[in-house]
Amino acid sequence: MADADGTLDTFPKLLMHHARVRGGRPAIREKDLGIWQTWTWREFADEVRTLACGLAGDGLRRGDHVALVSDNRPRLYAALCAVQCLGAVPVPLYQDAVAEEMVFPIQNAEIALAFAEDQEQVDKLLEILPRCPALRRIYYDDPRGLRNYKQPQLRSYEDLLAAGRAGDAGYVDAEIGRGSGSDVAGLFFTSGTTAAPKGVVHTHSSLIGPSRTAAELEKLGDNDVILAYLPPAWIGQNIFSCAQAFVTGYCICCPEAPETVMTDMREVGPTYYFAPPRVLEALLTQVSIRMDDASWVKRWLYRQFMGVASRVGGALLDGKPVGLLDRSLYRLGDLLVYGPLRNVLGMSRVRVGYTAGEAIGPDLFRFYRSIGINLKQLYGSTETAVFVCIQPNGQVRSDTVGPAVEGVELRFSAERELLIRSAGLFREYYKNPDATREAKDAEGWFHTGDAGFFDADGHVKIIDRVKDVGKLADGTLFAPKYLENKLKFFPYVKEAVCFGDRREKVCAFINIDPDAIGNWAEKRNMPYSGYTDLAAREEVYDLVRGCVEQVNADLAAEPEIANSQIQRFLILHKELDADDGELTRTRKVRRGFIAEKYAPLVGALYEGKASIHVEAQVRYEDGRTGTYSSDLKIRDAKTFPPAAAKRAA
Amino acid sequence: MILSVENVSLAFGGVKALSEVSFDVREHEIRAIIGPNGAGKSSMLNVLNGVYHPQKGRIRFKDKEFAEMDPHQAASLGIARTFQNIALFKGMTVLDNIMTGRNLRMRCNFLQQALWLGPAKREELQHRRAAEQIIDFLEIQHVRKTPVGRLPYGLQKRVELGRALAAEPKLLLLDEPMAGMNLEEKQDMCRFVLDVNDQFGTTIVLIEHDMGVVMDISDRVVVLDYGRKIADGAPDEIRRNQKVIDAYLGVAR
Repeated sequence: MADADGTLDTFPKLLMHHARVRGGRPAIREKDLGIWQTWTWREFADEVRTLACGLAGDGLRRGDHVALVSDNRPRLYAALCAVQCLGAVPVPLYQDAVAEEMVFPIQNAEIALAFAEDQEQVDKLLEILPRCPALRRIYYDDPRGLRNYKQPQLRSYEDLLAAGRAGDAGYVDAEIGRGSGSDVAGLFFTSGTTAAPKGVVHTHSSLIGPSRTAAELEKLGDNDVILAYLPPAWIGQNIFSCAQAFVTGYCICCPEAPETVMTDMREVGPTYYFAPPRVLEALLTQVSIRMDDASWVKRWLYRQFMGVASRVGGALLDGKPVGLLDRSLYRLGDLLVYGPLRNVLGMSRVRVGYTAGEAIGPDLFRFYRSIGINLKQLYGSTETAVFVCIQPNGQVRSDTVGPAVEGVELRFSAERELLIRSAGLFREYYKNPDATREAKDAEGWFHTGDAGFFDADGHVKIIDRVKDVGKLADGTLFAPKYLENKLKFFPYVKEAVCFGDRREKVCAFINIDPDAIGNWAEKRNMPYSGYTDLAAREEVYDLVRGCVEQVNADLAAEPEIANSQIQRFLILHKELDADDGELTRTRKVRRGFIAEKYAPLVGALYEGKASIHVEAQVRYEDGRTGTYSSDLKIRDAKTFPPAAAKRAA
Repeated sequence: MILSVENVSLAFGGVKALSEVSFDVREHEIRAIIGPNGAGKSSMLNVLNGVYHPQKGRIRFKDKEFAEMDPHQAASLGIARTFQNIALFKGMTVLDNIMTGRNLRMRCNFLQQALWLGPAKREELQHRRAAEQIIDFLEIQHVRKTPVGRLPYGLQKRVELGRALAAEPKLLLLDEPMAGMNLEEKQDMCRFVLDVNDQFGTTIVLIEHDMGVVMDISDRVVVLDYGRKIADGAPDEIRRNQKVIDAYLGVAR
């Protein structure tokens, strides 16, 4: 892995290096027809070179952009690297985006060639073809359903590969040799929470640098295994399942289908794992539901030993001293409960697990640590090539993201904004010098837009986006995301949206979690027809009010924000959805958009009405629209004076 | 012409289920049978794969003529079917259910299978591969090892189609494949039926009540009423046929 002479400064060079030094070791795996198929590094490199030959024959030149619209498949990664071999730039796009959302990146990056996984993606690209006249080739991997497509732009991956076999491999090798670390390695479009998406330009060195530093910190090597299951268009997926694999030579495993991830986890047994908090939460919910249905013996065992685990599990993982009795009890629990549980989760072999992207609930975080999974937090963004802060082993907390990793400079501005300077910073926003200047100042500091501070140990603590931190009418600090996260830590609350900036009090929209509440309703023999029905139930309102009041009690203990307790709330009649523009593709709430879209509801919250009539356009998955009309209830929640906090909690 | 039915009559005692029904099925087409309840649609399907034996008439399948079929013979000739009310082994996994569809293609005897001898092993691998291709085709990888009884209805229907496909049939009989499904499941099922027809070249005869589905995916439609054929033709003709409108479709606007 050492790279003293600096010749392995691009991903294609790293790939050829692995093909030479560990050619027989697995590079990438995929389950096909029920059996895990392995490509060794040598096979992978051969495929990439052949593909690059084919692409060169199709006129791909240095600096061109190529779109990739696919789920995690070996061929996606092969295509990605083949594009890089020629000095061209891969532009992965979110595979679950609707056609409309692909227009901007394809136009903006002047994309001429695109890889599409299957008929679904081909259909989307063909739909926007009239608006993207520069797009002249669409390569598809899975030919199913495409037999009768006659568009001249279409070409199969197989065909491209066949053409590549007859192509000029010498040209490709020469192009790989010409590449340097300062070449652009990828263009990643941000999810566009506020404005049109921006293309973040990363060079080979800005991706390889941080990947290597983090890999060295965690001692990753070619025995490690990762499951690639998040969207390839997200930079984290690229870092974990591509950049770091290319740096260290570990094995990337692609799930059989998006629905089989749990089974695939168990079969593959990854040693290196990344999951955003929402995935971890979904897993824990599944565990809880299954435990609720287990026999009383198992339930009793689980309760007893989880008690032991939450007392000493974290401390054992951190290497802190633990008494002999507790140590033995934990050992026994490991045999009876934690070990089997880790196995069911597919995490038996996880050595390093990361979570990031949003705040993680302290209980959720502690759960994984207590059963012996080394889950840690990190901080980063698309612009910083992920790794900015990592919690080192032994210094893991649920409310910080850890200290800066080696080579990263951090400071906070007067407005509490986190500023970063490192080798992993992006070069620019593509064709958007204004935005680049705004984000990266003259001295090279990147303005993250995140507000936070250093805690006593030098760990970074993030509370919210700088622009979202507001003030109530009485001047109290209002950090909506902080409140929303506290609400979302309850299993019954899926999403929350808080309002309060420049208003006299804080009010909230709640999205209940249909799985958790559905199960809760079943336990009470409450029949229901679906989300909308559940959301309107009086019993559910009582349940949610309990959660809101618990949050209020917590807030009362924090003097600075004690006044931002949630006074009124309502449960939305529909689930917030990225397809309706209410969430970003990474499932962050778009507060401003929601406030505008549901302005009458916000109004009703503040006018003190007890209910409001809603009539909503509902869009079904097949594209038809219908209307929904009903009365939404609004409820008051109890608030606590700062002094009463302890008693209520 | 892969199948033709000539003057088939079937009666149960005094009840005439089918009288003098004739129609044909061309190679590689999707042929729908529609009609009101009790019109004899399922009886017709049961005649085709030999569950019922008609009193009169002839069935021609691939240049051979039969007065009646028997189910085993029909299966060996390459006729597979699914059932209106799902006839899977509920306690067995999806994979095992689909493997049962390969039953007629297994050559090794009981002893070889039990001892896991060379040929038996090779054969099982080959059949497992075929079953996996069907699982991949129908996109049910995530429930491969799940007992069928635990699956939602729409998925069970898909598994049943998978088992029928496992026999690599020339002619596939589908008895109300979309009954009881929601819109999305219906769309999926339509896509699978069309894909089967397109990719494997399988000829399909289906009974269905959802007229949208029938008119969209079938090449030709037979209409039965009280055991008689009252119309036969392309979906557009059927939609305009006055007899069909009176007996079944209702007023077309």
